Amino acid sequence: MMDASAAGLTDTRLVTLDNVSIAHTSTPAVWEVGFHVDRGEIVTLLGRNGSGKSTLLRAIIGALTPQVGTITHAPDLKIGYVPQKLAIDPTLPLSVARFLNLPTRHPRDKIEAALSEAGLAEAGKSALATLSGGQLQRVMLARALLADPDLLIMDEPTQGLDHQGCAKFYRQIEDVRDRLGCGVLMVNHDLHVVMSASDRVICLNGHVCCSGRPQTVASEPAYQALFGVQSEGMFALYRHDHDHSHDHSHDHSHDHDHSHGHDHSHSDGDAKAPTAVSDPGR
Amino acid sequence: MFDDFMLRAALAALGVALATAPLGCFVLWRRMAYFGDATAHAGVLGVALGLWLNVSLSLAVLAIALVVALGVTLLTGRRNTSDSLLGVVAHGALALGLVAISLLPGMRVDLHAFLFGDVLTVQISDLAVIWGGGAVVVGLLTWRWQGLLTATLNPDLAYASGTNPQREAMILTLTLAVVVAVSLKIVGALLIGALLIIPAATARAFARGPEDMALLAALLGSGATVGGLWASFWLDTPTGPTMVSLAVIGFALSQILTFARGR
Repeated sequence: MMDASAAGLTDTRLVTLDNVSIAHTSTPAVWEVGFHVDRGEIVTLLGRNGSGKSTLLRAIIGALTPQVGTITHAPDLKIGYVPQKLAIDPTLPLSVARFLNLPTRHPRDKIEAALSEAGLAEAGKSALATLSGGQLQRVMLARALLADPDLLIMDEPTQGLDHQGCAKFYRQIEDVRDRLGCGVLMVNHDLHVVMSASDRVICLNGHVCCSGRPQTVASEPAYQALFGVQSEGMFALYRHDHDHSHDHSHDHSHDHDHSHGHDHSHSDGDAKAPTAVSDPGR
Repeated sequence: MFDDFMLRAALAALGVALATAPLGCFVLWRRMAYFGDATAHAGVLGVALGLWLNVSLSLAVLAIALVVALGVTLLTGRRNTSDSLLGVVAHGALALGLVAISLLPGMRVDLHAFLFGDVLTVQISDLAVIWGGGAVVVGLLTWRWQGLLTATLNPDLAYASGTNPQREAMILTLTLAVVVAVSLKIVGALLIGALLIIPAATARAFARGPEDMALLAALLGSGATVGGLWASFWLDTPTGPTMVSLAVIGFALSQILTFARGR
């Protein structure tokens, strides 16, 4: 929201994306994306598979460079990153404790504290490859937190967790945010828990289709088009893209109730139209 | 009872083993075995260039190995090195190098020495090159160790911590070229890859951490090269292949031991 304020960086602003477009051969493209993350807030990028969520995260950590637009980090921004998955080559012997010491070595007591906070006090010498999915997730989070990050970035952190595990995980994230005062940016398609655990939600489908407080976003037609009726599947996706072709004629700010209503009324008219393919953003 | 030439050969073998072992671990972890072979084979082309220009062979080999390794890195881009491209480069560099050497006028060259090594003719000046180059390799790897490990495990983790994994990959490319340059004379272009891979793969069976693995690989590589030198002296067999054979025996033993422990 409020992309205009992005120009005047305050000391609470951690990262700002301005009009970012990324085209990549193997990953889905994103176009004209603008948002920011402030210190102390939990922001969730919400979108279906292939909507460009991971692409944006990888651009923010510097693994991808946008073809258009800018990504501005706060000076000396320390990022803690939890990847979606971690493939450990069987030829690489790596213990949990050794992993926590990458890329920065930490004192032994700090490592032990991190291990017990992750509920793995005894697992320091275990091989990283032997951990279960949930355990590995906790270890990756512990590693990210050891760097005292200003911004914690997580790619689908609740993947493979049950509902109880998710709820517990989000409580931990809130606790981390309160304790470190860091910003949190994560990616999810887990609708149920995201809503209650985020300060802001950004709905993504290649572009930002709506964003704001969880309650506000949940009532947006664009959000409902994407997630409201799951059984509609591709139908909902097509209709959404059609929305966007109209949306483009407007300014790209997202607190415009009237324009969404307007778009929505249009979308019903020609729901399966192939105009989705020729989205002007491409 | 040991002549000077045996002592020099042993020191040369030791220097090469110490440099190849830690790099070999990264070659294994990053699945660069074929890349190592391609770079090593390019060494033959370097020999041809060096003979033609009448410059130091080590320097010429270093230059060509570097050019080929960088070229392959840039051509394939990112992480997944293209198998077919590496195949073309590996065999192409070898064939072109052999043809180029044979075309040099008035040159009677022992090709055998460049393909399989000739450790017994090592001079003091060669020792300086080997240990100097080895020190550069070990120094670079030690200096960048944490970043290299992180980038090897997951490039995105490196990016997020402010380390550029592509720069780390360049450091590996550079050290690989140096290793090829210093070990060509000892084990030959065809067997450098073996010295990179086999000690590291053997060490994997016993190592608990990446540092253990590199140190153990250095130990095993030293044993194989120095032991191979002695064995070749007594058995009157070619030195380079004897070293590699010993390394392979070590690897086989490690696998049997792993299998026995697993039951």
